[in-house]
Amino acid sequence: MSIVSLGIVRGLMSGALGAGLATGLTMLARSALGAPAWDAGQVTTIAVFVGVFFYLGGLGAFNYWLRWIAGRPDPEHASPPRPHWARYFSFDTNHKTIGVQYMVTSLLVIIIAGILQLIDRLETAQPGMQFLSTNTYNTLMSVHGISMLAAVLIGIAGMMNYVLPLMVGAKDMAFPRLNALSYWIVPPAVILLLVSLPTGGFDTGWTGYPPLSVKAPLGMQFMILAFYIVGWSSILGGVNFLTTIFKMRAPGMSLFRMPIFVWAVVATSVLQIIFTQFVGIAFLMVLLQRLLGLTYFDPNTGKVLLFQHLFWFYSHPAVYIFVLPGLGVISEVLPVFSRKPLFGYKAVAISSLGIAGGGALVWGHHMFAAGVESWLVVPFMFTTSLVAVPTGVKIFSWLATMWMGKIWLQTPMLFAISAIAVFLIGGITGVPQGIVPVDLYLTDTYWIVGHFHATLFGGFVFPAMAAIYFWFPKVTGRLMGERLGKLHWGLMTAGFLTTYMPMFWLGLNGMRRRVADYDPAMGLGPGNVVVTVGGFLIALSMLLFFINLTVSLRRGAPAPANPWGAHTLEWQVSSPPPEENFAAPPKVVGPPYGYGAPTAVHAVLSPEDDAGRKQG
Amino acid sequence: MAIPQDRHVEDRPAINRLGLWLFILSDGFLFVVLLTTRFYMQGVQRPAEVNQPLGLAISIVLLLSSLFAYRGETAAAYGDVKRFRRNILVTIGLGALFLAGVVIEWAEGFHFFPPQSTAYGTVFFTLTGFHAFHVVTGLLALVIILLPGQQKRLQSGNHWGVEAMVKYWHFVDVAWVFIFPTLYLVS
Ligand code: HEM
Ligand SMILES: [Cu+2]
Repeated sequence: MSIVSLGIVRGLMSGALGAGLATGLTMLARSALGAPAWDAGQVTTIAVFVGVFFYLGGLGAFNYWLRWIAGRPDPEHASPPRPHWARYFSFDTNHKTIGVQYMVTSLLVIIIAGILQLIDRLETAQPGMQFLSTNTYNTLMSVHGISMLAAVLIGIAGMMNYVLPLMVGAKDMAFPRLNALSYWIVPPAVILLLVSLPTGGFDTGWTGYPPLSVKAPLGMQFMILAFYIVGWSSILGGVNFLTTIFKMRAPGMSLFRMPIFVWAVVATSVLQIIFTQFVGIAFLMVLLQRLLGLTYFDPNTGKVLLFQHLFWFYSHPAVYIFVLPGLGVISEVLPVFSRKPLFGYKAVAISSLGIAGGGALVWGHHMFAAGVESWLVVPFMFTTSLVAVPTGVKIFSWLATMWMGKIWLQTPMLFAISAIAVFLIGGITGVPQGIVPVDLYLTDTYWIVGHFHATLFGGFVFPAMAAIYFWFPKVTGRLMGERLGKLHWGLMTAGFLTTYMPMFWLGLNGMRRRVADYDPAMGLGPGNVVVTVGGFLIALSMLLFFINLTVSLRRGAPAPANPWGAHTLEWQVSSPPPEENFAAPPKVVGPPYGYGAPTAVHAVLSPEDDAGRKQG
Repeated sequence: MAIPQDRHVEDRPAINRLGLWLFILSDGFLFVVLLTTRFYMQGVQRPAEVNQPLGLAISIVLLLSSLFAYRGETAAAYGDVKRFRRNILVTIGLGALFLAGVVIEWAEGFHFFPPQSTAYGTVFFTLTGFHAFHVVTGLLALVIILLPGQQKRLQSGNHWGVEAMVKYWHFVDVAWVFIFPTLYLVS
């Protein structure tokens, strides 16, 4: 087959064509109206929107809908292209393909964003400016932040896409074509994030506060457009997951028989479809103010704080979007490797919703130092203290699950344990930040950086690693290398502690965040060296991970259908699962985590599926 | 807990409907944000030059269009293609009339409360702009269900397309019901 027949190649060519056409036409239109033909902001924005549209067209994303419009038959699935690998580069509607696509994209973005920050860490390892300009420093730091968050959104979409339909016993997502569309708008966003580097970058950090973001170079605009696109991917994904969960569960799977991961997806998706609109509009307002001169954030005719309110009204719930699926993974892995039912199943299930609900009421704790109305401050302090409660429920449940269990220390379990410990550090360090007088001291220091990296490593990175080691045999039909896996785990955990623990000390001693340079007299040099060394340890552990991943993919031992002896549905079909998951809907007859009871059964499969499983 | 028995057959209409409602819920929050922004930025201030009679007129036009859309959908549900077409055509006409009204308002607005220098102008143009964008997409949707390819589907008793597009149109209409008082009446 020729490369040009691959969806992605045709999409990119068509997208470039569309962007070029749009550039030309916009410039023509502008000069016809008597304005100077070139206006970087306006022309590139239009080019981006048109380009993405053309790209989707070239990819074949609209074919199904065009067929529907024309009144022709529009199958949910087309037969997958040959050879097998080609489907990963085409508009493929199978949720398992899409899950892998998301996950690989996420890992790629993590590599890029990680390298950017390593460059910055080399600079900040010592006081004084060594080899970067302050502007470059700021840009690398900002692109690192926003790209990592995009990578997290993409990564959770990957886990949820692959696992969720299998877990609820469905043959695919509710809207497979929409699902593929949600994935395929992500690559242009990644490209835009990279484009922001050579177009002047931006120096606002991931938060993009105006008025700075209104004045920042062109790169800012590409970041805004990228985030907006990822936001839509997230919204459409949320709609799809909720519909799948509420309408496509296998018979017998009542709400309280759903695995905890499914509950986590419910909470995540609700947050995604409601709150993403807020940040989307906030960034669009910045864009409109930049392009058309509207006055949302103008200190005279607008309100500067409007952005921060809208931004954090999303972005605090967003931190739960980032971590809830990961916490769900921990709740899946622990019972399997402790051979015990999950402790307090109902409390854990409900706590996901509690976190989601409570998370909506605390956004002001990011604005204690921003000059918000003083009567708002104390209520936010209370709600912030409360939001730690449902998170505590999960921690206790995990500990009680492991208590007196038959613990089997395979790599997924090791990562899950690290995740709990690290997430606990993140949660505990968050509480003092919620206390106004303490936060006024801590805010904008490395303490905050330590806090949120602990929550994100504990809530996403370690759980994502656990998820990959856990489900890799299911996805590929091969086992992942245990020895290298354990090394990866040890190095990553050590790397995490080396990098982020000193940050709390640095923060308390006055190290500001987002600075390229600091006063040598403060004695922060040694601490910063440790942080940089830790950063490279993490990078090294990732290298081991990628080696393990590629080697296992080619030479891993063949995996049985259920290598871990797990009860949930995805393990009851062959590895990898058949194209449509189940030949007939499974019948769910019991709770998902009946480990330890030899006769406990979660679901009964059709004879055909049973036969498939025995083959491997 | 009782377990519903019908889960193993995929209930497409119910799936589609839930998906659409969730999408509308999400999109509705877009207007929630913008309406809140109006009050946050401006309180209840309103310049005297806002053209209330025109605003009222286009509101009535849009509400009427929803009525015809409803009649069109009902006709489609009964397989009465001719009546369906007639009603949806009227809906599209009224929708276009609404847009024409918005254009006039914009011309006036640029004169009296320019978006680049007044807060009211900024919120006015943002709200009406985002809403007009929804009207345009809604009109496109309505045009699509009138295309000849769709008729066959209607005759075979599947009117999900019509139902979806009309629901979306009602949503756009309801959004305006909140926007109109927020921009034209409060003060
Ligand atoms: C679910 C896990 C959590 C995640 C992913 C998370 C994430 C974050 C992030 C990303 C920031 C920094 C935002 C910035 O760039 O300025 C932050 C700040 C903050 N977090 Fe958390 N957090 C979590 C849990 C908590 C908890 C449990 C609390 C308190 C009970 C908390 C309280 C705070 C406060 C008060 C700030 C603002 C500090 C400041 O900027 O001065 N967080 N968090
Ligand atoms: Cu927060």
